[in-house]
Amino acid sequence: MASVNLEKIVKTYPNGFEAVHGVDLEVRDGEFMVFVGPSGCSKSTILRMIAGLESISGGELKIGDTVVNNLRAKERGIAMVFQNYALYPHMKVYDNMAFGLKLAGLPKQEIHERVTQAAKMLEMEHLLDRLPRQLSGGQAQRVAVGRCIVKRPEVFLFDEPLSNLDAKLRASMRVRLTELHRELRDRGQPSTAIYVTHDQVEAMTMGERICVLKDGTIQQVDTPTTLYDRPVNAFVAGFIGSPEMNIRPATLVARDGGLGVEIGDTMLPLPAAFSDALRNRIGQKVQFGIRPEHIGTPRSILASGSQERAAIANCLFRLREHMGNEVYTHFELGGHDFAARIPTDFAGDIDAAERGQTIQLGFVMDKVHIFDADTGLNLTLGASQLM
Amino acid sequence: MSSDTAVSVMPKTRIPSNAEVLRTQRKERISLALRYLILGGVGLLMLYPLFWLLGASFKSNQEIFTTIWFLPRDLTRLLDFSAYYNGWMTRTEYTFATYFLNSFLIVIPRVIVTLISCTLVAYSFARFEYPGRKFLFSIMIGTMLLPPIVLRVPQYLMFKELGMIDSYWPLILPSAFAVDTFFTFLVVQFLRGTPRDMEEAAIIDGCNALQLLWHIVVPLLKPALISVALFQFIWTMNDFIGPLIYISTVEKYPVSLALKMSMDVSGEVEWANIIAISIVALLPSLTVFFLAQRYFIEGATSSGIKG
Repeated sequence: MASVNLEKIVKTYPNGFEAVHGVDLEVRDGEFMVFVGPSGCSKSTILRMIAGLESISGGELKIGDTVVNNLRAKERGIAMVFQNYALYPHMKVYDNMAFGLKLAGLPKQEIHERVTQAAKMLEMEHLLDRLPRQLSGGQAQRVAVGRCIVKRPEVFLFDEPLSNLDAKLRASMRVRLTELHRELRDRGQPSTAIYVTHDQVEAMTMGERICVLKDGTIQQVDTPTTLYDRPVNAFVAGFIGSPEMNIRPATLVARDGGLGVEIGDTMLPLPAAFSDALRNRIGQKVQFGIRPEHIGTPRSILASGSQERAAIANCLFRLREHMGNEVYTHFELGGHDFAARIPTDFAGDIDAAERGQTIQLGFVMDKVHIFDADTGLNLTLGASQLM
Repeated sequence: MSSDTAVSVMPKTRIPSNAEVLRTQRKERISLALRYLILGGVGLLMLYPLFWLLGASFKSNQEIFTTIWFLPRDLTRLLDFSAYYNGWMTRTEYTFATYFLNSFLIVIPRVIVTLISCTLVAYSFARFEYPGRKFLFSIMIGTMLLPPIVLRVPQYLMFKELGMIDSYWPLILPSAFAVDTFFTFLVVQFLRGTPRDMEEAAIIDGCNALQLLWHIVVPLLKPALISVALFQFIWTMNDFIGPLIYISTVEKYPVSLALKMSMDVSGEVEWANIIAISIVALLPSLTVFFLAQRYFIEGATSSGIKG
């Protein structure tokens, strides 16, 4: 049993700067939790507090049933993979992996068994005799992971472990780490994992749940799909998803039989389901959010079967980026920049459009989000996507 | 078809370019030769005194003072190592074996205590937070600016009170307290440039502060520590004023003092002997330098990072 419980965790530095403001979070036993956020959001600080590398200024941290606030790192049952791998440069791979076990006073035979078993699991038996400087980035990463596995910790901590790898290797290591986690869990070994990253793609693909952080406070903790479809505020909406959600200023207006949003000089009708949530805000400034894939050409809207829920508007074409299967289309609506992701097969007119030309694009209105202009809170959380 | 064309076209385009390549290569070779000629010439000029010293150990007194050419007139003298033998035996009751041994009795303990004290002090300055740390560090840097001569008199009086005059203690003991601030500074700077990740990984692996120092920090510091050992070895080996002040018994003289003494013993100085023994006196430092050169040059580049 190795859940990790954070209760009102606070971090204040000696100069008085409060980096973490009373964070409450439960990481369940065996769960793969990802901390994600922009740099400076204190995700690494929280991880380092869990690891015992940073002191905890306030609150209670539990690993399993034990309060570990004042326990040393080695007594917490954790293992950590660092961004720079942090392999001991003067020790061979075998000794790097065995170092912690030797310090713990394990018998030689058992150390040998654990190291060879982990090496087998990570397919790096041939690397055991090498020095860290003789390894490639990907290999060094595997050794760093191996060093954690041999310790059989209750909790694995990962501090941006893939950010030093090139894009291709990062993608394959992502899959490998996720598989490794599931494999450990299936074997019944403790496998709670907390993974810190600033890369939302890593967060979305690896996390069973994601904790989005900003300025030392948790914004939202949930599964990747929920975060994507039902972000609690404009920050989460903008951070999760690539290319990011279009979030632009707009005004709520009344129209015959319902509500609409006015973006510059263009009015888009909102579905009736939003009325309850937004009725008393008519005339107020809001932020209008729509993901790029919910904007399309009339043909692509038709093909996706959402033509009845879509509003067609005249837009000013600016630029297209061909991604192969999709065309990222940049355009202006009501004086604001927007981006759309349109399947290449349905790009149609866009392919021939000139810069500055007027094109018609459809907005799938039941997929939009309306955020409070000041607080950024999602006002349509109850209504959108429930239909 | 296309490959045929390529084959037939290639020689045509390559013949003129070949000549151009040759011309460029010739130019590069000439420029390289010129550069090496100049470098070699200046290098030779710098090293000439050393060559002269080597040659002079085979010359007579008269020839030493009359010729600038480094080889003796009579080249057969190059096979005559009597100056080395005579120099080594000295005119005192002790041979240079005693003096070299004395030098090592000072140098080796001093290098060891320097390494230990510098590492401990630098580790504390670079890695721990405690009140007054910055103040203490700036005081340490301040002492670097102090001319060493200022400390001679008070230090002499202190060691006299402790009854350590005419022993090696005054030459070794200060280094045990990291007074060689330059070395401490060197190690602090090196440590500051080393990422802490490895130490943090070791903390998680279960190291306490001392295990961390021994298992992780010291191996990381190897290039810096080798530089420290090398400098301390050479400087102590060459130190003249320290032993001159504190050592008064001939039996305890290190090489530097013994060399000076062989010039003073009598009016009739056989310079070849002294020069021969100076060359021998250079050997330990040179040997240590060449042995450590690889690490010395490697410097600050070793770490576990590769991205």
